[in-house]
Amino acid sequence: MANFYTDNKSLKFHLQHPLMQKIVKLKENNFADAEKFDYAPQDFEDTIDSYEKVVEIVGDLSANIIAPYAESVDQEGPKIVNNEVIYAEGTRKGLEAFQKAELMGMSLPREYGGLNFSTVPYIMAGEITARADAAFCNIFGLQDCAETILEFGDDYLKQKYLTRVCAGETCAMDLTEPDAGSDLGAVQLKATYDADKKQWFLNGVKRFITNGDADVNFVLARTEEGTSDARGLSLLMYDRNDKRVIVRRLENKLGIKGSPTCELVFKNAPAELCGDRKMGLIKYIMFLMNGARLGIGAQSVGLCEAAYREALAYAQERQQFKKPIIQFPAVYELITNMKVRTQAVRSLLYETARYVDIYKSYNIIAKKRDLSKEEKIEARHYSRLADMFTPLTKLFSSEYANSIAYDSLQVHGGSGFMKDYPIERIYRDARITSIYEGTTQLQVVAAIRGVTTGGLLAQIQAYESETIDPRLDYLRVTLAELTHDYAQAVELVKDKKDNEYLDFHARRLVEMAGNIIMGYLLVLDANRDEEYHDSAKVFIKLIYAENKQKSVYIEQSEVKDLGQYKI
Amino acid sequence: MGLKILVLAKQVPDTRNVGQDAMKSDGTVNRAVLPAIFNPEDLNALEQALQIKDTFPGTTVKIVTMGPPRAAEIIRESMYRGADGGYLLTDRAFAGADTLATSYTISLAVKKLAPFDLILSGRQAIDGDTAQVGPQVADKVGIPQITYAEEIVSIKNKEVTVKRRLEKGYEIVKAQMPLLITVHGSAAECRSRNSKLTMKYKHARTISELQAAAMDYEDILKSRPYLHIKEWTAGDLNPENSLLGLSGSPTKVKNIQNVVFKAKETVSLTAEDKDIDFLMRELISNHIVG
Repeated sequence: MANFYTDNKSLKFHLQHPLMQKIVKLKENNFADAEKFDYAPQDFEDTIDSYEKVVEIVGDLSANIIAPYAESVDQEGPKIVNNEVIYAEGTRKGLEAFQKAELMGMSLPREYGGLNFSTVPYIMAGEITARADAAFCNIFGLQDCAETILEFGDDYLKQKYLTRVCAGETCAMDLTEPDAGSDLGAVQLKATYDADKKQWFLNGVKRFITNGDADVNFVLARTEEGTSDARGLSLLMYDRNDKRVIVRRLENKLGIKGSPTCELVFKNAPAELCGDRKMGLIKYIMFLMNGARLGIGAQSVGLCEAAYREALAYAQERQQFKKPIIQFPAVYELITNMKVRTQAVRSLLYETARYVDIYKSYNIIAKKRDLSKEEKIEARHYSRLADMFTPLTKLFSSEYANSIAYDSLQVHGGSGFMKDYPIERIYRDARITSIYEGTTQLQVVAAIRGVTTGGLLAQIQAYESETIDPRLDYLRVTLAELTHDYAQAVELVKDKKDNEYLDFHARRLVEMAGNIIMGYLLVLDANRDEEYHDSAKVFIKLIYAENKQKSVYIEQSEVKDLGQYKI
Repeated sequence: MGLKILVLAKQVPDTRNVGQDAMKSDGTVNRAVLPAIFNPEDLNALEQALQIKDTFPGTTVKIVTMGPPRAAEIIRESMYRGADGGYLLTDRAFAGADTLATSYTISLAVKKLAPFDLILSGRQAIDGDTAQVGPQVADKVGIPQITYAEEIVSIKNKEVTVKRRLEKGYEIVKAQMPLLITVHGSAAECRSRNSKLTMKYKHARTISELQAAAMDYEDILKSRPYLHIKEWTAGDLNPENSLLGLSGSPTKVKNIQNVVFKAKETVSLTAEDKDIDFLMRELISNHIVG
């Protein structure tokens, strides 16, 4: 039987990363649940074995239910019937299978019916579903919203919603409005408190809401009358069972057509405040979005994998000039580059997931007891890393998904342009990844702090100082040269003391840092498994040329040049 | 009302994707090169049992399988999907059994597990395709049987309504429990593993497996008795020894023939009436149709 977990060795490789020891220990809190729950693990090995067995179920359902339906879901799409969003048949079947297999609420605590999985296997499940159908990955991945209740909600909200999410109910993040997209501080949907009824009520419109007719809705709303910026916004929970929201329309999209994108009208919809007032965007949505960005990272890597495999299969089969086209350098170079870039960005994805895991676990532990001084330092360290790496992951994975899908379609030639092969769907589905949950340009804004504060450089130097097999040292030498170039470019830009000039080069600098980081991650992968050696070699060749180009571009650029670009 | 259901299942070599080395020179199946899998139609039977369990809380579903020690895998696989446990019938004395000896052995185990309401099994196994074991067990246990079931439509007052798959249609039949039903491959596909059940039962073992792994099983089975997969040998079943295994099997394989298509002639035909007439006459004269 086909299985999208077992047929991809690199997934198991990431589940077995050395840092998993620490992650599992923190997440399982010394295996205290083993007494109370018959499915809780007894020790570290048992936990990893459980992760594997469950991700294998995800691989089975993805390969044998989700993937076979992907084409019909893309064609059929969801529809509105009696103010209710009805998913395409394949989406319904897939969701039902995931619910029956109890794969929803993967990361939530067992006391609510969850599996208490760490972020790494949960993100892996996302990657696997996306390889089968990126649209399904959205509906599956939105369960991550529940983490926000776990982190900031009170006991009432936890009891009310977390058990339902674990039972398979779906979530939505209701953030965007017609006039508030990238600039969420401009959100206008109004929340008013009725003191008599002791209840909040929502009025207004939300647009572009993925899975907008979800059971559990996280709504960003203006609770403070007379305000016009982020400080007047709060996070409110709306329960679909109250039936006070109209699904006005479904968007007709280029891709991920199986994932319903809704326009919602709230009419006196009752809602509950999550956390404190005024912290909606500043704190809770930032947390929610960071989770969602990692989720899009998983979706993008799944798309990279799918696009690479389609290209490989086609190029091995397609004969021209009396031989399979994969034997031509123009084709095999493309395909090998797809492969190594997928591996590199996957390593970045799981590295980020590991950082997220550690700091989130510390947050949960801190609710139960005071952290020691060392623990606090460590928690802060990993929290900072997660903040720096999340936008990098979102940026690179989504851009790679697009370019790998583009190259894969190219390998298919004219056939790729037809509806006959899955690559045209993958190509369309990939397009949104660099747009939603913050465009690539906004990821640069989030990531540039790590460039200017030196945080990314410090982490690059930490990778550089890891002990590795001497046979890999030549790769480290190359990366050290690129690190030197990068540090020089950063200083060059900073020396100009001009914010617009910094913004102008921000993406270049962020990408230079990200390239070096992915290079090191592949070297460290090769240090654990010789099979990654060739990939590291090829990838570092690619980024060497890329980073040199960026260095030269920055060197040749003056502040006054910006005028030439202004229109 | 909870029912007591037994599901007869078999671990079989995967004959669906066979390579050139699938058969040995002596005409027997080369089990070493074929992966061992859950017989597909037995999975359909398991699904029917689990659907009944979904409908009637308190229902128990137990697997009965005969095979080598590694066939315990079938029982674990069933537990991952919702079965409550199972019995592995394993003994050198059972080896080499044809359908007669197999059904004899299974019928002894089934009688030992009485009373029960339903026995479900796949229509047939992909290694032999005989479709005989289920019906023979019903006969030996002395209960009615319904074969080729596609759906168990309802269960009311000990009466089971079943939709049977026929070659050119279906029929709806009823029978009283206790009853044996063999399930056809066109029935609902088996559900996937459940994540929590998989984590709960992944350590389920037979005593022999625990001994082979040199594990201290007494402690494990005391604290988590649901992890114990029961193992029955010939001694547990009080059999007539001559009816077991090879000695109880009158079926003898005389010879196996490989069918190799040798015809080299080809005839090109158009869609015109005279060509179609010619084709039909050929097919009828070769007894392919008609």
